[in-house]
Amino acid sequence: MEHPTAGHANSGHGLRSYLIGFVLAVILTAIPFYVVITHALPPQSTMVVIGVTAILQILVHLRFFLHLNFTSTPKENLLAIVFAAVLIFIMVGGSFWIMFDLHTRMAV
Amino acid sequence: MSAAVTTHESEAAEAHEQRAFGFWLYLMGDAVIFALLFATYVIMVDNTAGGPAGKALFSLPNAAIETALLLVSSTTFGFASLSSKTGNRGAVLAWLLLTFVLGAGFVFLELREFAGLIKAGAGPDRSGFLSAFFTLVGTHGLHVSVGLTWILIMSGQVMLKGLSVPVTSRLFRLGLFWHFLDIAWVGIFSIVYLPGLL
Repeated sequence: MEHPTAGHANSGHGLRSYLIGFVLAVILTAIPFYVVITHALPPQSTMVVIGVTAILQILVHLRFFLHLNFTSTPKENLLAIVFAAVLIFIMVGGSFWIMFDLHTRMAV
Repeated sequence: MSAAVTTHESEAAEAHEQRAFGFWLYLMGDAVIFALLFATYVIMVDNTAGGPAGKALFSLPNAAIETALLLVSSTTFGFASLSSKTGNRGAVLAWLLLTFVLGAGFVFLELREFAGLIKAGAGPDRSGFLSAFFTLVGTHGLHVSVGLTWILIMSGQVMLKGLSVPVTSRLFRLGLFWHFLDIAWVGIFSIVYLPGLL
């Protein structure tokens, strides 16, 4: 607690971090756009590519732009994001479960 | 005297940590809101009520330019944060201004897209799909607009008050907000635009 800007004044979070993050984000954006524009893959594989690159890109943003990591980020911040992830999983997963089940039953 | 200064500094640091944590909790709440808007969109995406679907409405170049604007603006905001650490007031202002211009470009493209859709009879009242689309993308656009206002306010504070401890602390939280919005946009182009145009 004694360092005024702990967690973001770290020398490791310098210019390099933003540049690495930017380059990785550009690559992870270009891949799904390219696949959709060229129709290089069947629809189902394209969706998988979009999903995987999106998750990777979100991790890149968290690591290189928001500087989230397991050493300098306060523990309570990590706890909060894990809690939010659990909430999102339950609420989004639950909504899909109920609505798609309902859809299947009504469509019969 | 030096002991008093140290105490003062550590108090300021603690205040900064607490506010950063509080703001982080707000962002997590916002993440839950966006997640549920995404879920609503995915559930409603096929409910076009005989109206147009995403394929006929979305423009890939428009989405690509919006993506580029937000990503570059996230990076330029990072440069503003770095400049604030070295105490370079002019550089902070220049990067904030550039971030503002890029963000404003994004909002302009989004409003133009919305206006075009409404004009073409594909407004939020046309179908469940379009209601969900306007709510999700509009909520994000509203956040970006709030972020733009906040950037203007912080630019004013940097200009008038300089890079004091409270101003730098506020800049840090604005950075969290701005980077968070770029993450939400990754979800939007991956769930709304790309699958819609597939």
